[in-house]
Amino acid sequence: MMITLTNIHKTYPARGGGASVQALADVDITVGRGEIFGIIGRSGAGKSTLLRTVNLLESPSSGSVMVDGVEMTALSAAELRRARHSIGMIFQHFNLLSSRTVFDNVALPLELAGTPNAEIRKAVEPLLDLVGLADKRDRYPAELSGGQKQRVGIARALASKPKVLLSDEATSALDPETTTQILHLLADINRRLGLTIVLITHEIAVIKEICHKVAVMEGGRVIEQGPVFDIFAHPQHPTTRSFVDPVINRGIPDSLRDRLSPRPGPGSNPVLRITFTGEKATTPVISAISRRLELDLNIWHGQIDEIQGAPFGTLVVEALGDTAKVDAAIALVKENNLGVEVLGHALPANH
Amino acid sequence: MLSPQIIDLLIKGLVDTLHMVAVSGAIGTLIGLPIGVMLAVTGRGELLQNFAFNKVMGAVVNMTRSTPFIILVVAIIPFTRLIAGTSIGTNAAIVPLTVAAAPFIARVVENAVREVDRGLVEAAQAMGATPFQIIRKVLLPEALPGIVAGLTLSAVSLVGYSAMVGAVGGGGLGDLGIRYGYQRFLPEVMLAVVIVLIVLVQIVQSTGDWIARRVNKRNLKS
Repeated sequence: MMITLTNIHKTYPARGGGASVQALADVDITVGRGEIFGIIGRSGAGKSTLLRTVNLLESPSSGSVMVDGVEMTALSAAELRRARHSIGMIFQHFNLLSSRTVFDNVALPLELAGTPNAEIRKAVEPLLDLVGLADKRDRYPAELSGGQKQRVGIARALASKPKVLLSDEATSALDPETTTQILHLLADINRRLGLTIVLITHEIAVIKEICHKVAVMEGGRVIEQGPVFDIFAHPQHPTTRSFVDPVINRGIPDSLRDRLSPRPGPGSNPVLRITFTGEKATTPVISAISRRLELDLNIWHGQIDEIQGAPFGTLVVEALGDTAKVDAAIALVKENNLGVEVLGHALPANH
Repeated sequence: MLSPQIIDLLIKGLVDTLHMVAVSGAIGTLIGLPIGVMLAVTGRGELLQNFAFNKVMGAVVNMTRSTPFIILVVAIIPFTRLIAGTSIGTNAAIVPLTVAAAPFIARVVENAVREVDRGLVEAAQAMGATPFQIIRKVLLPEALPGIVAGLTLSAVSLVGYSAMVGAVGGGGLGDLGIRYGYQRFLPEVMLAVVIVLIVLVQIVQSTGDWIARRVNKRNLKS
């Protein structure tokens, strides 16, 4: 594991008569080597504080922060500064020095580490090529667009050859097109350099686009975490669902929802949602049900998405048959290791 | 209109004024700049938070700044004598001018440093910078346009203060204006002094603005 956070708590002491604030509680997170780990939450959920505990810009009130086998909370001030050389960080507002050119901004971490000038030049120029800004090396940040500024930020974060890159809402100040370019750059760096990336965002699209694993935060706690595919396919917590639903259409159209009742009524038929994930997305289960069980399925709604390059499909069907046959159909779906749940019961159209 | 003698006096007055402002400004900056930086970085939630230092130094700075300059000049005469060996003359006048300039400069530097985005300090910390590196490589360069503007303001104020040191035998244009223009009823001398002072302040201000623009890379056109 590259990063292991264990039982992290962070409480800000009471000040000026106010109550103390619990920013983080019971947080456990492990990030594997070479992984892109996303932390999503609304503002105030504690994700920014959590990200900053990794390089100890925020020191936790209790808990353990292990980065590449080193317990960060046990380091002296000087050791911590050295450890931070191997943890790069990029920011929502870029935090570039306005008084320095692009080249000098990227050179800053190396200057701070006491690297000789000749080596700095050898290190910085390939980085400017990597982020596509070789032609801007003598420009000042004020002359760059937002996307270009973030590229400088990324090059700067990579200058000291870090093992980990922390990204604090790095695309939140950018337009959608630039966001996509920056995310692709991050994914590319992750693949080419094997760099472990921890990013925080409030945009689920960012998670869907490049993350391998995700943790969902609310009120200073991690309420759900796991591989992005699993979380998107089977969100457990209502907050997770509210994040996932807009980008993964797990629901059914409103016109059909009106016909749905939570309880069976006279002449109603159960409505099932079948989820196809991974390589099972192509299992011919629908035709098997109708052939083997002689159960007619009326397809209401179907959708296929791609999460992290793996297909994820949902199919909402109304089962036209008696209870025994429907139960058998559910069993058959489960036998094929597909997800199935009863959404409700469709009342007859003339009801 | 002005006799050659008066013109000589004007030139000597200008040289004295420039001498006093330059020397007290330079020494005031040497003392005020570090104090200003320390005041900025020891404040609440800052890099080297230190309430005791911040409060004590802040009080000392305020004390000096709340004393009217003409009172400061006479009040510190023993100190002036200790430093300059005399309490009368242009060189002696540099002492109270410096004592007034240093805290003024400290405050303008403090303000300029405080203006630097906290995010830049955080970024430098994340890179493993020491507090001293953050001051030298981040805070000072980023605050430089503000510091230059503040030093310009200080220099202009010093030109004004320097007019008062005639009270302790300091020379300069102010002294010339009082003794010749006012006490000897030579309005043309007074007018000449005022015009020279106006031009001087204009030159100082324009030069300061020009340097501040040169070092400010924040508003470049792309």
